[in-house]
Amino acid sequence: MSSPTESAAVQVSPDGQGSTPAGRSSGDPDTLLQARGLCRTFGHGSSLVRAVDDVSFSLGRQEIVTIVGESGSGKSTLARLILRLLDPTAGSVYLDGNDVTSWRGRRLKAYWRDVQAVFQDPFSSFNQFFTVRKLLRRSLSLSSGGAGTDGETQMAQALEHVGLSPDEVLDKWPHQLSGGQRQRVMIARALMLRPRILVADEATSMLDASLRANILNVLADLRRDYDMTILFITHDIGQACYVSDRILVMCEGKLVEQGPTDDVIFNPQHEYTKRLLADVPRLHDSILG
Amino acid sequence: MRMVRFTPRFWISLAVFLAVVAFGVIGPMFAGDKLGENVGGLYDPPSAEAWLGTDDLGHDIFTNLMFGTRTSLIIGMIAGAVATLIGVVIGLLAGYHGGVLEEILMGITNVALAIPAIVVLILISVALDFRSIVAMAVVIAITSWPWTARAVRAQASSVRTREHLDVARLSGASTWQILVWDVLPYLLSYIAMAFVLQVASAILAEAGLSLLGLGPSNSVSLGIMLNWSLVGESLRTGAWWSFIPPTLLLTLVAFTLLMLQSSLDEVFNPRLRRGQRLARPTAGSGAALAQVGVVTEPAMADVEEVPTDGADTVATGGLGAGPASRSGSGHGRETR
Amino acid sequence: MSDLMTTTSVLLRANRLKAAYSVAGGQIVAVDDVSLEVRKGEVLGVAGESGCGKSTLGAVLSLTVRPPLFVLGGELEIEGEQLDLGPDKEPPREWRGEVVSLLPQGAMNSLSPTLRIRDFAYDVIRAHRPQTRRDEALDRVRQRLEQLDLPARVLDCYPHQLSGGMKQRVVTVISGLLDPRLLIADEPTSALDVSSQRILIEMLREMLSQQMIGGVIFITHDLPVLNTIADRIAIMYAGQIAEVGYTSDIINRPRHPYSAALLSSVLVPEPQIRRTRVRGIPGAPPSLLNPPAGCRFHPRCELAMDVCRTEVPPQVGAELRFSRCWWAEQHPDESLEVGG
Repeated sequence: MSSPTESAAVQVSPDGQGSTPAGRSSGDPDTLLQARGLCRTFGHGSSLVRAVDDVSFSLGRQEIVTIVGESGSGKSTLARLILRLLDPTAGSVYLDGNDVTSWRGRRLKAYWRDVQAVFQDPFSSFNQFFTVRKLLRRSLSLSSGGAGTDGETQMAQALEHVGLSPDEVLDKWPHQLSGGQRQRVMIARALMLRPRILVADEATSMLDASLRANILNVLADLRRDYDMTILFITHDIGQACYVSDRILVMCEGKLVEQGPTDDVIFNPQHEYTKRLLADVPRLHDSILG
Repeated sequence: MRMVRFTPRFWISLAVFLAVVAFGVIGPMFAGDKLGENVGGLYDPPSAEAWLGTDDLGHDIFTNLMFGTRTSLIIGMIAGAVATLIGVVIGLLAGYHGGVLEEILMGITNVALAIPAIVVLILISVALDFRSIVAMAVVIAITSWPWTARAVRAQASSVRTREHLDVARLSGASTWQILVWDVLPYLLSYIAMAFVLQVASAILAEAGLSLLGLGPSNSVSLGIMLNWSLVGESLRTGAWWSFIPPTLLLTLVAFTLLMLQSSLDEVFNPRLRRGQRLARPTAGSGAALAQVGVVTEPAMADVEEVPTDGADTVATGGLGAGPASRSGSGHGRETR
Repeated sequence: MSDLMTTTSVLLRANRLKAAYSVAGGQIVAVDDVSLEVRKGEVLGVAGESGCGKSTLGAVLSLTVRPPLFVLGGELEIEGEQLDLGPDKEPPREWRGEVVSLLPQGAMNSLSPTLRIRDFAYDVIRAHRPQTRRDEALDRVRQRLEQLDLPARVLDCYPHQLSGGMKQRVVTVISGLLDPRLLIADEPTSALDVSSQRILIEMLREMLSQQMIGGVIFITHDLPVLNTIADRIAIMYAGQIAEVGYTSDIINRPRHPYSAALLSSVLVPEPQIRRTRVRGIPGAPPSLLNPPAGCRFHPRCELAMDVCRTEVPPQVGAELRFSRCWWAEQHPDESLEVGG
């Protein structure tokens, strides 16, 4: 395992291979996605809720960035804004320097060739009337549209990459698969489109503890094998600590702290981050002393 | 596709209904020539020649019954199908799109619901010179679709927030594809039940109209038979064979269809089944999903129940996302 | 951990509990020959993943077993009083809620939305002690809330007006209203933010020290939480107890491969996590309809030996600290490495 040889700005990824510098500027050629002043409110008048309040950040190539927040922090709303499944009430999203905030129709589909997602619930993410094959085929139509044998190979490749055997799962219905398998299928579905950014919204929260590390490993390896950037959303700062290069901490819609993982976890600046870390149960020293 | 298990009640009600259909479809094929024929005196009691006696024109009531059943069933089915179709289309569009479209469509639906159907039916029927069977069916359908529209809209509205729709959008599916493949299949059970109910209520609506003399022209239906027996003063003369058979048959059909509908409900919702309890291998206390959030905020994420169907999934009871997010955003726990 | 007294007075002793679900294909034995002990003032953590049977164990111990779950056998001894369990034996009704009380999983969401908290609390008390007058019951609840530093205003609230953490605390207090000797809490913290989690854990500790409850069985999948509150931990796998011991022993010196593997797959914000590649446990828990022969963990165990595949492993160690493992039997004083 290599250790950081440069300043604290350099991070070591989980398997010790490669490192990515933290902190980006918009002019940086490596910046892939940028969020500027994103806001999203719900309701109006006295019942107005600011789910996302002036959030700005950027994602670079082959980075793993985690957004950590508790319930009500707005992290999932932020994920949907980035995925363009929801429109912001203010602010913009840039991909490769292009303002995608108001893209619709065909341009939105083009956006989804670059940005894909895996969601939290491995059961309700599936249409229970589709077999795995039908689900994956649908994704094919969005990508270069390879049907026939070319499509079959693409599907098989994606499944194998996430550790599933195509013969075993392609013709199964969702309820015949385990939760871990379902999440892997979802990752494979996203993979087939070869996106440049994969948003994993609490993708491991509904899995058993012993499976989480495996799924996180799959996601982390994607960075290297598919030249992908991963945006991971979670409430679990332990998982964030394991897999990320950079961490963004959200609290009540605002981004209160961001920085390289080691900095945020072992040298937090903001009060909220400090409290969050203090409250997390540990294995090797008790929070209650 | 998940295997649906049909209950005994379903098979029984289906069998009875099919028997009635057979009566109305096959029967007339054997007795076609007897319709409208004078087989005896006026209001003859049941005998060997006329199993259910004759009516006030000397026609065989049993034959009338068979043809009448056929007509009533046809009108019921057509009206039921048309009403269900209109209701599904409107409910689907309103429920899926939401917003202004939903407001408009639901406004129309509510108005249609509020208008007393019987008044509309009477007015339209009076306005028509010749009332064909199909025309009657359509007339009945256009006053009974609102109920289905509301039920379908409610369901579509809840399906709209499910995660698999997001996945479909991200996979590049168009709105139509999503409606047909991702929303409609989840509504099929409701649509089936709605259709059965629509048929039952259409049959009764037709009977009511016919009783008032506004039924299909130049036809025999169960309601028309009742109308004739009223007009022919069979109640006063005690010719029970004139009004009891159609009444019984109407009751039988309506009851059977209602039982069919409720047994379908049991089929689609196994939790409602009485008697045989299927034990699901859950590890103890119920798989309730929890959503945590600061509840004082107005727009809370929904709570969704996760099926306990095998898996290594963990229901931690959600550390849900912010307000108004989709309903799957909390974590749920499945314990095996 | 709690300053556990030197007295070893036993609060609960469970012997050879066995319970199964009756399903279409036969029986799923979710709790198979489980014996454990809880001492006065102690928090015993029961840890395991989904399907291990820990929730079922909670149901059995709290005497809330209902079809399709059936208790097939075993004995319970609570503060000296013996109770034989079996398919035809009906446990005494007074025990439920007053001797053992269950705080079920997701309880905070089972609060009736149309009842204010005070009405709910009164219903609970009245269900067990029908004679209680309303003002008596409410006084008691108010007293409890005060003792635990909870605002009295929650009594006038509807469930939807309370936050998740507050709901869970309220429900916990209510489950302890009748001074049960043993409180069995099934995943009480899983739905909570870490800050609410911590507050709830502190409250449980307070309830113990004020002797509102005699002992706690804390069922969860989250080992770090147990590290915080539990005095001893029992690790369950496939319906059986794999290992039991004092918290620091289990966490730092586990003697069962499953415990070690589980601990290795835990992700906490600690430095060692940044440097290593964590691997989960390969495979999946076995079907309890037809469990594997010998040791149930052997198909997934790195240390599996021939004997593991055929013979059920013995209980190695003392009543309060044992491991059911052939490896443990052959290496009596060693422990397994975690992580790496």
